[in-house]
Amino acid sequence: MAPPAQSQRSPSPSQPSGCVGMLTSEGDLGCGEMAKLVNCSFVFSATQTLGNADKNSDDSNSRNTNPHFGSNRKGEVSDLKMQLRQLAGSRAPGSDDTKRELFKKVISYMTIGIDVSSVFSEMVMCSATSDIVLKKMCYLYVGNYAKHNPDLALLTINFLQRDCKDEDPMIRGLALRSLCSLGVANLVEYLVGPLGSGLKDGSSYVRTIAAVGVLKLYHISASTCVDADFPALLKHLMLKDKDAQVVANCLTSLQEIWSLEASTSEEAAREREALLSKPVIYYFLNRIREFSEWAQCTILDLVSKYVPSDSDEIFDMMNLLEDRLQHANGAVVLATIKVFLHMTLSMTDVHQQVYERIKAPLLTLVSSGSPEQSYAVLSHLHLLVMRAPFIFSSDYKHFYCQYNEPFYVKKLKLEMLTSVANESNTYEIVQLRPKSLGSISVTELCEYVANVDIPMARESIRAVGKIALQQYDVNAIVDRLLQFLEMEKEHVTAETLVLVKDLLRKYPQWSQDCIAVVGNISSKNVQEPKAKAALIWMLGEYAQDMQDSPYILESLIENWDEENSAEVRLHLLTAVMKCFLRRPPETQKALGAALAAGVADFHQDVHDRALFYYRLLQYEVSVAERIVNPPKQAVSVFADTQNNEIKDRIFDEFNSLSVVYQKPSYMFTDKEHQGPFAFSEELGNLSISAEPADSVVAAQRVEENDQDLLLGTSEKEESQGSGNNGSAYSAPSYNTTGAAQPQLDLVSLDQLSTVHTSGSLAIDELLGLGMPAATEPSPAPLPSDLKLNAKASLDPKAFQQKWRQLPVSFSQEISIDPEGVAAMATPQALPQHMQSHSINCIASGGQAPNFKFFFFAQKAEESSSYLVECIINSSSCKVQLKIKADDQSTSQAFSEMFQSVLSKFTLP
Amino acid sequence: MISQFFVLSQRGDNIVFRDYRSDVQKGSAEIFFRKVKFWKEDGKEEAPPVFNLDGVNYFHVKVVGLLFVATTRINLSPSLALELLQRIARVIKDYLGVLNEESLRKNFVLVYELLDEVVDFGYVQTTSTEVLKSYVFNEPIVVDAARLPPLGPAALFMQGTKRMPGTAVTKSVVAHEPGGRKREEIFVDIIEKISVTFSSSGYILTSEIDGTIQMKSYLTGNPEIRLALNDELYIGKGGISSYDYSGSSGTGAVILDDCNFHESVHLDSFDVDRTLSLVPPDGEFPVMNYRITQEFKPPFSINTLIEEAGSLKAEVILKIRADFPSSITANTILVEMPLPTCTTR
Repeated sequence: MAPPAQSQRSPSPSQPSGCVGMLTSEGDLGCGEMAKLVNCSFVFSATQTLGNADKNSDDSNSRNTNPHFGSNRKGEVSDLKMQLRQLAGSRAPGSDDTKRELFKKVISYMTIGIDVSSVFSEMVMCSATSDIVLKKMCYLYVGNYAKHNPDLALLTINFLQRDCKDEDPMIRGLALRSLCSLGVANLVEYLVGPLGSGLKDGSSYVRTIAAVGVLKLYHISASTCVDADFPALLKHLMLKDKDAQVVANCLTSLQEIWSLEASTSEEAAREREALLSKPVIYYFLNRIREFSEWAQCTILDLVSKYVPSDSDEIFDMMNLLEDRLQHANGAVVLATIKVFLHMTLSMTDVHQQVYERIKAPLLTLVSSGSPEQSYAVLSHLHLLVMRAPFIFSSDYKHFYCQYNEPFYVKKLKLEMLTSVANESNTYEIVQLRPKSLGSISVTELCEYVANVDIPMARESIRAVGKIALQQYDVNAIVDRLLQFLEMEKEHVTAETLVLVKDLLRKYPQWSQDCIAVVGNISSKNVQEPKAKAALIWMLGEYAQDMQDSPYILESLIENWDEENSAEVRLHLLTAVMKCFLRRPPETQKALGAALAAGVADFHQDVHDRALFYYRLLQYEVSVAERIVNPPKQAVSVFADTQNNEIKDRIFDEFNSLSVVYQKPSYMFTDKEHQGPFAFSEELGNLSISAEPADSVVAAQRVEENDQDLLLGTSEKEESQGSGNNGSAYSAPSYNTTGAAQPQLDLVSLDQLSTVHTSGSLAIDELLGLGMPAATEPSPAPLPSDLKLNAKASLDPKAFQQKWRQLPVSFSQEISIDPEGVAAMATPQALPQHMQSHSINCIASGGQAPNFKFFFFAQKAEESSSYLVECIINSSSCKVQLKIKADDQSTSQAFSEMFQSVLSKFTLP
Repeated sequence: MISQFFVLSQRGDNIVFRDYRSDVQKGSAEIFFRKVKFWKEDGKEEAPPVFNLDGVNYFHVKVVGLLFVATTRINLSPSLALELLQRIARVIKDYLGVLNEESLRKNFVLVYELLDEVVDFGYVQTTSTEVLKSYVFNEPIVVDAARLPPLGPAALFMQGTKRMPGTAVTKSVVAHEPGGRKREEIFVDIIEKISVTFSSSGYILTSEIDGTIQMKSYLTGNPEIRLALNDELYIGKGGISSYDYSGSSGTGAVILDDCNFHESVHLDSFDVDRTLSLVPPDGEFPVMNYRITQEFKPPFSINTLIEEAGSLKAEVILKIRADFPSSITANTILVEMPLPTCTTR
């Protein structure tokens, strides 16, 4: 079973070396392996270049699945091993050069994923040299393998420790870095000494490395690091060291250590908070120019969490940081902008001025960097434009797309054009500008529609439609859209049809104009399911105005079997029903065929809907009319706009990935990776409690909707439509008109009542209401006549600010039912219980026996809020309460209410 | 804080791979490449520079066809990560003279050495070639620059051999000239990206200049350099009413909408006599970026005429006029006309 000839050739990487791969072909390969071999040799035969060799090694990367391949390499590796061993003791002149070559080879194997850990001891032996280049390569090698070969790592400790005492600071630093990077838990005892002296080293290079080294040690063994009192040393160094990079590294290490430590130690939480104290912040701010641009980013990020005491302080800080806005590094500029924006949130006028001030630097950044950098900056600009469209309305030309920009940049720009255009029209009336900005943008967008780039054209059409849906004056835009239909390009027609459908739902008054054009479209030219569904919907909805409607539907039904999309078939059923109800004689035949085909359909929803219509018609045609074709109200707002809470959350996380992804960080990061200072520091060692389940659901829904904005509405109709059996149209309007819809009474009454009993979550699900905590049944009777707002909302930052500002209006220790304490075992039980009484939990944490919760509530019909700190000791069944209130006069009533609610908390 | 940094070739091979925090799986490079390559099934949409996949955030920039990638699990500032990647590319180029796949492969040990000093445990330490010089000991293996692709924007107005744009210099900041002598040189480029939209009748609809003053210094001893700009330079539209100057472009006044400066630039006398003073660090860096939307005369004007000649045929006449003195020649001009895929000649 010799492997095929070609496979013996070794794809030797980089240098044509002296050690040609010696193949020790292993005799007893199984059949399975044989197959792999053939496969492998096939790849090989084409290759000699390094590039393709990498490809193969990538395969072998998954722990040498290919035995032949492994052995081939093994040959080379063992050859390397021999050569290294020969050189190990050699002090002959020139031996360093040979070593360098050999080391290089080892590292090149390592890079492409070949396991060269077998030469570990030889590498260590050869490292006894004064050649720093050799040393560096050796450190790199050791760092890569030590973690998974702790026994081998032990071999290196000796020489690394010796190097840590070398007289050359460069070698001391390098050795210390490697020592800390070994990452082997049972070697930490060897780290403490060198790290301690490293932090006190005379060379700043060694100190910078030691400062990061402490953090590495913390990740290997937190207790060792804390016991050696390294955090305190770092803090001392941070405030005293003359070298800016040392200070910066101390800061990053401390931030990470204290944030991680804060969950278990009160002291660390206090220390973390102390980083945000005025003296520390000012210490950094005053010498910010001494730091590298990257360290400046870290400091600015820290500063953005600091809450200045008054407006003078805010202005001082802004003046100090003003010139950072002119920095060429976008990260510095954005970090500065974050500080400015967050500091001035409560000062409306200044906040506006900040917007004006940051506009120019942002636009310069957009145009000066690589497309990737522009993208990051544009995403932030996009967020700002969404928040304050009118401020950017005169800059709309900057958002015009250039033909050679990547698609991701163009897409963002289109979205910005849309949002700028909508607001500015209102403004323009006030300022009496001669030309309508809206129409300028639309003209620009229309140019894009004719673009040969199909995704771009699609996006542009959506953008035009979005402007139409946002503006009152849609006349010109509808004309434009109808012109698109006449362009007779399939993708343009398809995209436009979907939009026209949405437009009609919002502006039924345009139906005459649209129908005339839509009627001319041959259904054969429309293939995309979404577009087809839109067309069919219009055919059904406007059956009496479209002459040919029944016949077009009929021909579509004839091709029922060829229609692959269930969505289209569902629409077809509903449309033909509507058509029948309006023009019975012409449609009867088609309806019969549709129902027959529908009932026989393999798709469950289609089958059910057909059967439902059939029985409905059997029961009473007038009832069918009221269900399938009720009078409709125009949709005033489509439900797919992102809710404000999420937008605010994203704004809070300015200058982070949240802005690029357009969703808050909790949606895409695991808890442990939310980074230092992700939580408000005032809340101490507590983490923000998991969102109530229903709000997460809502949030995800928002996200989905956002992905395909307008297109999404038709899908949602569908899912909701199937929820209430039939009239797809009525579903979205729940959001605006509530439960007053006639068809709701008819069809889903019994469903709704069951939903009420089965819990509030399901209502959310059914109606698609995006309000977290909004659906609780009316709060249980309360002891006082104080009414709380069931939809109260407060973001952690605001909570924290309030908590600082307000005096304690009520503080008491009370006892709690032991049964309630027992229920604490389920972490979310108490917050959920409180929430059902309109008291929301904003943060919680702790470990038995001490639990800490922060709650808030808001008075109904008033923005006055109550903040509660509640520390529960589960072993003594005691609860310490601290209540702060905007409105002191009602705080007593609230505290009574809170206690009574708390006392009702028992096992579910 | 980043977790990993790696460079991939166009085919997706790992050229350099450095793991700083080992909290992201080892196969991330492959996962990344697969995702980028097949972003959308039709392959028409480019992957955005930042995306999230199973909790790992991938950042990437494309430099000379190579993919520079960083990963992290935390909610990092995207600007920071992308800027860093760009800087790493620039530092490597400073060292190697030429940045391409071949030079990277030949010098990967040097690149690792650089990466170790640039980022420690995921935190950026320095990206200044000047600072790095004292920590980095490997000598670059210089790659033959003859087979380099065209120089990009700076090549446009290159004339003869006397003047050479800094971007064309392929000399490493650390490599020694043959003979051990070091030439005291500094290159200053002004690179302007001009975007103009002409209407079908040849009128200018929108026009914008994005400019960079780029420097590449090979001077020893860090002397201070003063860079004097046009006296009549104004920043911000508010500073001077642009109406005063409209139609009188002969006065030579330049109005910048906005600009930013490199860290090393001192602006002490900028307000007085428009002079920038700086101690240029080694390597390539942008001294100043600026943006102009003031009216200007574009170097080229363009005129198009499209006539339908039959139902399946159209005739396009494209006229480009160079509006600059005949003593200047423009090289490597590329005219692109997007057409539907179904078009044939």
